[in-house]
This record gives sequence, structure tokens and C-alpha cells, in this order.
Amino acid sequence: MIATITKPEAPSDDKRWKIVQATMRRNGYSRNALIETLHTVQNSFGYLDEPALRYVAASLRVPLSNVYGVATFYHLFTLKPQGEHTCVLCTGTACYIKGTPELLQHVEERYGIRDGETTEDGKVSLLTARCIGACSMAPAVVFDGEMEGEVTQEQLDEQVEAWMAS
Amino acid sequence: MTPEELIQIAEERRGQQAAVGKRINVCAAASCMSRHSDKIAEEMSSHAESLGDKAEGVEVRCVGCMGLCSAGPLVEVDHPADEAAGNDAPKTMYRGVSMDDADRIVEAAAGGTTVEQLVQPTDIPYFSRQKRIVTENSGYIDPESIEDYIAADGYSGLVTALTEMSPNDVLHEVTISGLRGRGGGGFPTGLKWSTVAKTDADKKYVVCNADEGDPGAFMDRAVLESDPHRIIEGMTIAGYAVGASKAYIYVRAEYPLAIARLKKAIRQAQKYELLGTNLCDTPFNFEIELRLGAGAFVCGEETALIASIEGRRGVPRPRPPFPASYGLYGKPTLINNVETLATIPWIVRNGGDALASIGTAKSKGTKVFALAGKIVNNGLIEVPMGISLREIVYDIGDGIPDGGTFKAVQTGGPSGGCVPGNLLDMPVDYESLQEAGTIMGSGGMIIMDEASNMVDVARFFMEFCKDESCGKCTPCRVGTAQMLDLLEKLCAKSATEKDLELLKELCDVVKACSLCGLGQTAPNPVLSTLRYFEDEYMGSLVGGVSGDGRPVPDVETKAGAPDRIER
Ligand SMILES: Cc1cc2nc3c(=O)[nH]c(=O)nc-3n(C[C@H](O)[C@H](O)[C@H](O)COP(=O)(O)O)c2cc1C
Ligand code: FES
Repeated sequence: MIATITKPEAPSDDKRWKIVQATMRRNGYSRNALIETLHTVQNSFGYLDEPALRYVAASLRVPLSNVYGVATFYHLFTLKPQGEHTCVLCTGTACYIKGTPELLQHVEERYGIRDGETTEDGKVSLLTARCIGACSMAPAVVFDGEMEGEVTQEQLDEQVEAWMAS
Repeated sequence: MTPEELIQIAEERRGQQAAVGKRINVCAAASCMSRHSDKIAEEMSSHAESLGDKAEGVEVRCVGCMGLCSAGPLVEVDHPADEAAGNDAPKTMYRGVSMDDADRIVEAAAGGTTVEQLVQPTDIPYFSRQKRIVTENSGYIDPESIEDYIAADGYSGLVTALTEMSPNDVLHEVTISGLRGRGGGGFPTGLKWSTVAKTDADKKYVVCNADEGDPGAFMDRAVLESDPHRIIEGMTIAGYAVGASKAYIYVRAEYPLAIARLKKAIRQAQKYELLGTNLCDTPFNFEIELRLGAGAFVCGEETALIASIEGRRGVPRPRPPFPASYGLYGKPTLINNVETLATIPWIVRNGGDALASIGTAKSKGTKVFALAGKIVNNGLIEVPMGISLREIVYDIGDGIPDGGTFKAVQTGGPSGGCVPGNLLDMPVDYESLQEAGTIMGSGGMIIMDEASNMVDVARFFMEFCKDESCGKCTPCRVGTAQMLDLLEKLCAKSATEKDLELLKELCDVVKACSLCGLGQTAPNPVLSTLRYFEDEYMGSLVGGVSGDGRPVPDVETKAGAPDRIER
């Protein structure tokens, strides 16, 4: 008997699924490529939603529970959509010693968002990271992927307010 | 690639370099780059071009980390042609270079003058006290150019190993070098390699641990960004010595620049047939793949790292069996830290004895440290083992800024501890640090001044461990949460003496009963601060005062501290 394995269909005809498929193909649809694949989904779509998890599980023939387990184990993966812009505050040791707690408090008081939350208008998400390797310039913040060192409250406000006004 | 071809590439590149009259080297590692050093370099290039004849012989290029990150962006002007001709050719380093300075630096270099206000003296202890082995190329070569690396004797270790040495010869050199793992444990590297080499298997793996989880450490990042070929060469030599043909670099996703440079370096090495099949016309094959972490500290632990490469949750398992006999996909696997592997090419080139002649009786060679926190010279240093902490803090680091007083230096991150001022004359080696209640760790050194409350520091690390505990074993999962509760009570000055007793007891339990290194070492920050700053704990009890009547620094920001944020 010849078993034919049909590949599951992508959740939508969004072109970005092609990128995800390419990652899986490059890794021979091996289940070892689960984390690689989830990285690609998140890079392409910004977060991992349920249809995406189901699709990856079916494609790599991994139980959905395992996929969910992996997606929730690693801090970098998020199951919720992020705001238009992200602001990642470093809470590593050097940054902690040099003022991140004050920055976090400031953001919370002024914009009403805490770690993992997004402003009501959906513009800005606040995230934290445990050291981004810029310790010599503590406190460090990553604004939409761009790293900034020795960030002051004023600088932070300037960037966040520019985003919120956009 | 034959030895002759390698020499030819090196000579060609050296020849090209020696033709450059004035060279402007701009640091393009992450710290300086976040201050837009890449844009500054672009501006310099285009300005040099626009000057035409007036800037003849001026070349602008990007190099790796120069170390003194807090003074960035750093730029260094040198004169390769004069150096090659044996003429006196002083280098000039500039600090804090901004976009506005780009043009005048180019003009000064072209005209043979200097921009005095920006000069960073290099005759200071920060530079003179260092001994650079792992970082020997850092700041001197373009990390994106394999030819630059080859011109700096790169890959000659690998080619020598493959063409003139047996795997046993390589093992012998690594063993006599006395090199110990730089990832934190300090396990003898030669012994680990020999174990993997001796194990019979159809397939073996080499894994480079570039997860660098210690918050406050950035040595591995700097090496990866500044000299990525060094890791490839070290891994390939390791593969030859232990009989592996496939390797993975497990690198944190938080380091995008390092990832990009590694990818590029792997492609370049493949093109030059320094990776691939039948390297140097021998039967030896070797390939390297990248695997990205996804933000989990515990994945730095070797068995968790293996699980993560296999695409699973990064949960550790009991050892033995050690990865050396049962590792990735159940095969014998050599796992080494970035810095360990980066030392290997130097050992093969200079011999194991050369490394063994540096350092102390039991700690050989050099160690890279990342200085951060309340210290004037923030950045990366490489020093011989055995140097005193005082030299690191006061000579190399230039002391505490803003007239502050030194209080403690934290080493080893969440697995380590704090060393107080009266122990500053202690030599930095594996044994001495352990005796003092901390560990060498991977090389993060956070300097704290009087403003730091040591109970809060302990709380910070405990919170980290609680967050990062994978949850597999109860002592670590529950113990860290309980200890954190008690430390928070202390910080809020609402703890009783009984709470303190309970905290001490929990430290012992968690240390003794946890499954992996994370839990086993999680109490260390508490134990070491208790050992040296017990008065602050006493002062944090309900109605307590510190032993000598000194006020205990307040824990400033409770509301905004990360632990207050419910996820
Ligand atoms: C919780 C935990 C985290 C670790 N994180 C790292 C790390 O980020 N980088 C690293 O090289 N080693 C880390 N290690 C040590 C590794 O398990 C392993 O000992 C090391 O990579 C071996 O390499 P070496 O012999 O070259 O030091 C960690 C260990 C534990 C228990
Ligand atoms: S502690 Fe913030 S970048 Fe390292």
C-alpha cells in the first residue's frame, strides 16, 4: 500500500505562509524545526494565533499540545498581537542598577501600560527583556528593533509620544 | 583549501592593507552601532570620496568592538603603510564621535593632524593591563571579511591541525593548555574533549553555547560580532579532534547582529572550502548550522539547550548520562561556550604550553569580562587569570563615577554572588572566587556603589530565577517563589527574624535538591549577600537597624519594579 501524505492547507492565502512553508521545507518538515518554524511565523505575522499553531502542528506532524507547550515556554513567542510599535525595556542586572525600574514606573504611570500590555489605541506595546547585551550603555531600550543606550525619561517620552501621535 | 592557498590569501590581503596610507577604523559592534556608528562610517566614506585627491590613501572601514563601550562610538586612525615599512606610526583613538565629527576626522586623517578634543588616550591602564587572546582581533579586523581574518593568521590553526596534526595531537595541546570551560562551570576542556573523542558512535556533534543568558554579560556577543570566524575555526578544530562532522551554534535571538555576522561568516567559510567536505584534501567533513534561542535563560544549561535544538521545550534532564556520551539526538555531543572555542585557534597556533604559561596554578590563560554598572570604564576587558579584583575595578575600570564609593562587585550573575570591598585584593581565578562564595561565571561583572541595597540585589536575582525556572522540579519551582516572597517581605521591612531563618533554610533545601544548575545555584546571591551584608538583612527586619547603626539604603522603586507587574 502506498501511503500518500497530503500537506495540510495554509490557514489563508496570505503570501506570508509561503515564507513559513519555505522554512519547513528547508528543514525537511522535521519536527526538530518546530522552534525555527515558530520564529518564522512570528517574524512574518507578529504573533502566533491558534490557526497558525494548528497549521504548524499538522505540517510538522507534532501534537498540537507540544506546539502550544513550546510556544508558551519561550518568552519571545507571543500569542497576542502586538501594538503597531514596540518598546522593549531591558531589566537585566546592569540596567536594573542604572535605572530601568524608574523607567518602567514612569511608563506605567504615564501611559497606563505594564509589561506585555498595549496602549488602548493599539499603537505602543511595552515589553521587557532580560539583558540585550548593551549593558555598558545601561539603561538600554529597544524601540522597534533599534537599540538605544543611556535612555532618559525624556527620550522615552519623545519616542512614545511621536508614535502615539502618528 | 591547501596551506599554500591560505598563505596566498593572507599575503594578498596583507599586501592590500599595506598599501593603505591612512585608515579610519570605526567600531561597528552593537554598542557603538546603537549610537549610529555605521551611519558615521558611511558619512566618513562619502566625505573622503568627495575630497578626492585631498583624501588620497584614506580608507574607512568597519571593525569589531574596541572594548571601551561606554566611550563609544569609538574610531581609531592607523597607518598600515608606515607600519609595514617599519616607520613610527602612532595610532589615534577618538571617543564619543558623533555625526558632526565625521567630516573633520576624515580631514584630520587626510592632513596628518588630529582632532584633539576627541582623542581617547590609549596609554591608560584600561588598555595596557589587558592581555588579549580571545579578543586579539577584536577592533583590528573587519568582522565581515574572511580575508581580514586570514590575514591575521586566521584559519592557520585549522589548516595546521588538519594537515600536520592527528586528532590526538590536538587533544594533547588542549589538555596541556589547562584551558577550562568559560561558560561558568570551569570544567577542564581537554578532559571533556577526550571523553567525546573516546566514545564510539556513528555520529557525533559539536555545539557552541552562545546563549549568554547571564543578565549583565556581553562578552560572547562581542566576540561573535567582532570575530565570528574565530568561532567557526574553533568549532571545526574541535570537530576534528573529537570526530564530529556536524555542529550547531545555539545563539540568542536577542543578538540579531551576531546572528547576521555568523551567517555571513559561515557562507564565506563554505566558499573558501574551510567548511564542507574533504577539508584540506583530508577525509574530514564539517558543517555548521545556526539555531536560534527564543528567550529562555535555562536553555544555557546544556541538557536544556539540547532539548531546544531538538525543537522541544528547553527543560533540563538529570545527568548522567552527560552530553559527552548521550547528547543531541542521543549521540555523543561536545558542548562548549563561545569563549572556550574562541581560545582554541590560538592554542593550536601557539601551542598549549603558551596558554599554560599565563594565569595561576589551576586557572590558565585569560578571561574576558564585561564591566558594567557603577564604574567609569564600562566595557569589555580581557585579563590574565589571577589579576586582582582591585586592579580590575580601580585600574582598568578607573573606579566609581560621580564620587560614589565602591560597595560590591557581582560576578556569575544569578548563579553567583557579591564580593565586598575588603576582599578586593583577591586574585580572580576559579578557586578564589568560589572560596569567596561566588563563581567565575561567564564573565559579567556588575559594580555597585553605596546606593545599592544588597537585599534588593538578592531579591532581583531571585525574581530572575523564579521567572526563569522551567518548572520541572519542585524545589526550584516552588522554592524560588517562596524565597522571593520572603525577600520581598524583607525589602518592605515587614519580615521577622523567623522569616530570615526560613529563608536560610530554604537556601539549603533548594541548593541541595534542585535538578539542574539553575536551582542549585539560585540561592547563591542570597547566601553571599547574607555572608557579607548580614547587617542589611537585620536592618530590613521589622524595626531593625543595621549592625553598625548605618542606615540601610532604601529600596527606591517598588511600584515600578518588574516584579510588581502581573503578567
Ligand atoms: C541555568 C544555566 C545557564 C547556563 N547558561 C549558560 C550560557 O548562557 N552560556 C554558556 O556558555 N554556558 C551556560 N551554562 C553552562 C552550560 O551548561 C555548560 O556547562 C557550558 O556551556 C559548557 O561549556 P564550557 O565547558 O566551554 O564552559 C549554563 C548553565 C546553567 C545551569
Ligand atoms: S543588563 Fe541591560 S543590556 Fe545587559
